[in-house]
Amino acid sequence: MKTIKYISVLFMALLTFSCTSDDETDLTNLDELTNLIKIQEISNTTHTVELYSKSGKLEQGYNALSLRIKEKNGNSFIDNAIVSWNPMMYMTAMQHSCPKSEVVKTPHKQTLYNGFLVFQMASHGSEYWELTIDYTIDGTSYSVSDTLEVHPSDKQRVTTFTGTDDVRYVLALVAPSEPKVAINDMIVGLYKMENMSHFSTVDHYSIKIDPRMPSMGNHGSPNNQDLTQKTDGFYHGKLSLTMTGYWKINLQLLNAENQTIKGEEVTNEQESSSLYLEIEF
Amino acid sequence: MKTYKSVCWLLIFLGVTAYSQENSIDSLFNDIILDEIIISTSEKTLDKNQPKALSTLDELLEKSPKINMVKRGGYAWEPLINSMATERSLITIDGMRIFGACTDKMDPITSYVEISNLSKAEVSSGQQGSTHGATIGGALDLKRSTSRDRPEGWNGKLVSGYETNNKQKIFGGAVGYNHNLLYANVDFMYRDAENYKAGKSQEVPFSQFTKYNVSGTFGTFLNRQNLIEASVIYDKATDVGYPALPMDVSLAEAFISSIKHEWKPISATLESWETKLYYNTITHTMDDTKRPDVPIHMDMPGWSDTYGLYSKINGNHKKHRFSANLNAFYNQSIAEMTMYPNDPDEQLMFMYTWPDVRTFYRGLHLTDLYHLSEQSKLKFTFGIGWHSNKIADDFGLSSLRIFHPDMKPTKDRLLKSISGNYLLNTGKWSYNFGLAFGERAPSVSEGYGFYLYNSNDFYDYVGNPYLLNEKSWELNASIHYHSKKIHSKISANYFHIQNYIVGKVDETTLPMTIGASGVKHYSSLDYATVFTMDYQIDYHFHSNLKAETLLVYSYGKGKDGAHLPFISPFRYALHLEYFKNEFRSQITINGNSKHQNYASFYGENQTSDYIIFGINTSYKFVFNRTALRLTAGVENILDRHYTTFADWNNIPRSGRNIFLNAVFEL
Repeated sequence: MKTIKYISVLFMALLTFSCTSDDETDLTNLDELTNLIKIQEISNTTHTVELYSKSGKLEQGYNALSLRIKEKNGNSFIDNAIVSWNPMMYMTAMQHSCPKSEVVKTPHKQTLYNGFLVFQMASHGSEYWELTIDYTIDGTSYSVSDTLEVHPSDKQRVTTFTGTDDVRYVLALVAPSEPKVAINDMIVGLYKMENMSHFSTVDHYSIKIDPRMPSMGNHGSPNNQDLTQKTDGFYHGKLSLTMTGYWKINLQLLNAENQTIKGEEVTNEQESSSLYLEIEF
Repeated sequence: MKTYKSVCWLLIFLGVTAYSQENSIDSLFNDIILDEIIISTSEKTLDKNQPKALSTLDELLEKSPKINMVKRGGYAWEPLINSMATERSLITIDGMRIFGACTDKMDPITSYVEISNLSKAEVSSGQQGSTHGATIGGALDLKRSTSRDRPEGWNGKLVSGYETNNKQKIFGGAVGYNHNLLYANVDFMYRDAENYKAGKSQEVPFSQFTKYNVSGTFGTFLNRQNLIEASVIYDKATDVGYPALPMDVSLAEAFISSIKHEWKPISATLESWETKLYYNTITHTMDDTKRPDVPIHMDMPGWSDTYGLYSKINGNHKKHRFSANLNAFYNQSIAEMTMYPNDPDEQLMFMYTWPDVRTFYRGLHLTDLYHLSEQSKLKFTFGIGWHSNKIADDFGLSSLRIFHPDMKPTKDRLLKSISGNYLLNTGKWSYNFGLAFGERAPSVSEGYGFYLYNSNDFYDYVGNPYLLNEKSWELNASIHYHSKKIHSKISANYFHIQNYIVGKVDETTLPMTIGASGVKHYSSLDYATVFTMDYQIDYHFHSNLKAETLLVYSYGKGKDGAHLPFISPFRYALHLEYFKNEFRSQITINGNSKHQNYASFYGENQTSDYIIFGINTSYKFVFNRTALRLTAGVENILDRHYTTFADWNNIPRSGRNIFLNAVFEL
């Protein structure tokens, strides 16, 4: 028994050092999961797909996710798969998808793939989310699928609305995920609902922000910077938060022609905008 | 106002009066000390004592012509020296630097001591006060009392007092021992007051206070030349109301300690060398739980810890009398604010209002008094100080970077001070004329404050780490006249202050405090000018009857033409005193003219003129080795309802008050 162990260790070592193009990767390579907590596993007969995030749970709104594909025989990981995914919400009367990214190989990692999903709503009773992951290894296609538990978020991290242009939009808070009493980098994802199963990134819009604290007589903070789109497709700006607590980030969405699509300016009479996100820390 | 001004000038030029007094050796350097307030009740001669033996320190300081007290309630008034507030002045206890822990100036240093701890308060104006650090307006040094100067053996004292207006009860005691090799004393004082009543019996709610104070000094001579002295003050005030502010104080606590070494070498050149190490810590907790209808409940604690030392030598060389003082301190100031949302499910709202600011100061101060002749002297002082600030807390630093994104956590400043005075003494007359230049660094609030609410002008103030040093150019002159019947003194100070720090409205930023008008950033006016002049004359009608008169004129204006805040209108006082053997009686008249030059730009409004009358009588019963001194008096006899320029938010001052003080000396 001992000899087998030694031989296998030796064999594994040889594998890792010699074969860079090998399909299978060593299981002992655990440091790839630093700061990641497993959400769940989804299996078919050949593989188990492990789903990870920083918090270890899915929440309504933007979710950055990592996954890896484990071979059921041999406990090794696939590092050359081509992966895509499709989340679907099954409701009593209808079904729809949500904004999502491509799934790409995580740079500088051997086994991990990553992407994000923006759940507009949480799982609720008989209404549930199902995630299908399709992947191809060396020309062979596989698929796994399972239901997901999407928890409702305490504060509004995502909002779905119809603009003055009669288009359905989804707007989700990406950052700050750990807000500070400081000028925070603020990132927002903005999507247009093309149809029930397809959402596309909205380009060339801008988003005005006005963070307020309703509990402090609608106190507002200085030196915020409105959001504009960067090359990554997200909308970036600066959000200053002068203290901890509950902040309502009032928003106004403007199209490329600077016409207001949704949201109102906060004034003495207008306490908040109909378009907003929330942060509490 | 013009008339007063011209009258005062006329008095100078006519040279009606002036006086000079041979200073004792100890205070030779303080030729230009402008005012000295005797606090200790242990003076042997009755007329040198304060008539109201158990006055608060605030009440005593208020009598000085150089000092005005800003009142936010019945307790912890803020002293203004030459019409300048605590940022521009220097308040020390025996040379020790102490910094209040309240962002709203509810705890000036003077609130952490008691009259039982002190023997006297020395007020110096402008750069004459720069011995212990950088200042613009001047300095107030509170001198500790010890048993060192008392007769050998044991001494003791019991004091008690009562005041009708705020039902203030005062109890205190002291025990001391003096022997040729060692001396020690311990004293305590307790005051408990309810709300005071303004004139016409109108009660001022939230003006109560309770204060405990204990202090001790122990000194021992190691040999004839070396002395070691340790000193401690512990002061605790609880349940202090601030009727002019939206919050009260549940705790203001100070521990002030020092150890001193004195060396008196037997040498003609080196006269004395004194070195002191000190530490003090202050905790200040604001409290709004007793106030009805607060828009949001909040906790606002603050802490200030200071470590410091100084080493001072005095000496003589030919016609020079010199002194050098090396001093350093390290202060840590933290204040925070936690607000409790009305919805209990919401997270607490937290911020640093003083973001753990560390201040490190190292300075050298030199003085030389050069005897030109028997009658005339030149006095020069030179000071240089390295002042550095550092924000030690990352949370606090990133908070401030909301307003100043590129600010660095540290800031270094070099502070210079120089002065020259010419003193001429021709027997009955003596003259002083001086020029000076000095600088100061912005205070912690001015440099690093974060949304500090000023309830006088309703703005939230935000600090500015880029503020330039304030630079003061100063001109001072005084004439004294002293004869058997007349002691008289007129003194004037003119300050031209560059980069004068004030709050400037930021129209675009929303306030934090609920109900505030807006946000002000600390910024600099190109310059401001401040002028103060006072005239004192004591006239002895005969050996039992004397009159003391005081006239004070002040003026302050910024470059923009706006009057500066807290500049006193014309102020006058007349005290008529009769004393014979152990009996003493005094009539006091104090008043202010209408506040014509009020600073509307800084939220002030006009206050009317007033005149207040008082009377007090005391008698000292002397038994064998003990004595009992009883004093009774009435303040604001006519029960006038009034408010002055120095009353925060125009809260009215105390109405009629009858007090009774008893001092039993063992």
